[in-house]
Amino acid sequence: MNGEMDLIEAPLLEVRDLKVTYEAQRGSFFKHVEYVHAVKGVSFKVARGTTMGLVGESGSGKSTIGKSILRLAPMAAGSISYDGQEISSLSDRDFMPYRKKIQTIFQDPYASMNPRLTIASIVAEPLMVHAKEMSKTQRLERVADLLEKVGLPADAMNRYPHQFSGGQRQRICIARALSSSPEFIICDECVSALDVSVQAQIVNLLQDIQDELGITYLFIAHDLAVVEHICQEALVMELGEIVEQGPTDALYRSPQHPYTQRLLNAVPKMPTIVGAG
Amino acid sequence: MLLDVNDLKVSFHSRDGVNEAVKGISFHLEEGKTLAIVGESGSGKSVTSMALTKLLPPEPLCRVSGKATLDGKNLFDLSAKEMRAVRGKKIAYIFQEPGTSLNPYYTVGNQIAEAIKYHRTDVPDVWAEVVSLLDQVGIREPEKRAKDYPHQMSGGMKQRVMIAIALACRPRILVADEPTTALDVTIEAQIIDLLKELRTKLNMSIILITHNFGIVDEFADDIAVMFRGEIVESGPAESVLAKPQHPYTKALIKCIPKMGAKLKRLPVVDYASLEGCGV
Repeated sequence: MNGEMDLIEAPLLEVRDLKVTYEAQRGSFFKHVEYVHAVKGVSFKVARGTTMGLVGESGSGKSTIGKSILRLAPMAAGSISYDGQEISSLSDRDFMPYRKKIQTIFQDPYASMNPRLTIASIVAEPLMVHAKEMSKTQRLERVADLLEKVGLPADAMNRYPHQFSGGQRQRICIARALSSSPEFIICDECVSALDVSVQAQIVNLLQDIQDELGITYLFIAHDLAVVEHICQEALVMELGEIVEQGPTDALYRSPQHPYTQRLLNAVPKMPTIVGAG
Repeated sequence: MLLDVNDLKVSFHSRDGVNEAVKGISFHLEEGKTLAIVGESGSGKSVTSMALTKLLPPEPLCRVSGKATLDGKNLFDLSAKEMRAVRGKKIAYIFQEPGTSLNPYYTVGNQIAEAIKYHRTDVPDVWAEVVSLLDQVGIREPEKRAKDYPHQMSGGMKQRVMIAIALACRPRILVADEPTTALDVTIEAQIIDLLKELRTKLNMSIILITHNFGIVDEFADDIAVMFRGEIVESGPAESVLAKPQHPYTKALIKCIPKMGAKLKRLPVVDYASLEGCGV
């Protein structure tokens, strides 16, 4: 095995024994603090250029994992290394370059855009932070390229979020995530709120982008059929712990943990549709 | 036939012009049956259900025409007062996001009691009825949970409370507008099972509005597929799902991700080719 091979084999993201604990103040007179253990010691690796699925019910801690990678959740213990570099102990200033490399797309595209900004300003915002050397014209050119890549008309630039449908808004969020040329994108339920027809378009778009740019995804979702379609590997979470992980093929064919079995059983079987082929 | 809708048209009028949301559709609903109205967002399915009980903005902002006959009376001819007797009592609704449908300042028991007090003056012990309704929709320890505020409950429990409120008035028709879209798969399965059970027990008709074919396949007797304000295909659920005739229905069913399908890419709806076939 040569050195280059080793480089490909090394995981892009490695999470070791991650614990996230939220503090909650309880009681009105005798105040005391209770701790909510959202993530209780979770370890996994994501290989470069692949898509890792993260499934579980709401409250299982799957979004918290995504957030803690970006320091949006308080990490209590464990370590996160990105491309061989330990990032959880970095200072905020030293972490800045990783904010450029790691981007995120959320579930509700409308809630994650400022309604008073034009699409051009929304998509260009990461560039203002991460590519300060760019001139305004360069930025606008980049925005136009990105909008074309995600399949939006060029005149979208001067319009506002409310003038777009849900699927188009999600395309805008994808364009914004791509603007800083990231290597890793956390997709937090990013197709859950969309209709089947629009969902299919967005899933295909994410795959096209991966094929073209080699981006790695952490795909957080509760729709198991979509996860099977887009992910090579998946993690199943229950109550803050990973109960099962492995290649999606094996995981879906013979789920070992009762929770995974329960989750798979709950998926509507669609006997008539599937039966008709 | 319980409800017969004939040539329903809904249009919204604004400064920017006229938007014809529903363009003359007809469908009917049998006693104790479930009709699923499927279609993507913007196809007019929610507007159709809201037009039935005048939940839309008043004229001249929104115009509704056509006929919707329930118990021999056209719903669109009713006065505001008569319509209030239909809402809740004959046609009740549950919506997608249970969190936004409940008032955060009142306990859930209080909100169920409100519906009972308004629509059923003959109930002697309202609180006992509240508890029995919560029990009916499968909430454990109903006496205790009735005193909870909405924020103390999970999404699935809040949706159960919404169903309890809808059932409080013993409606003939329950309109479920995307009842499980905001819920997890396991909770979705529970809510669908609950609706199935209640449908048989109370002999209630259901209009299920959704874009989720999984629950349609499990639950609906009849289907109407809506696209851009028109019903492009309708019929018994089994035949529509197994042998869709209209190109839009075919395309829509194709693009559902199916477990074990092993496709490289998901098929998408080709809207350009649909223009060619008269939709």
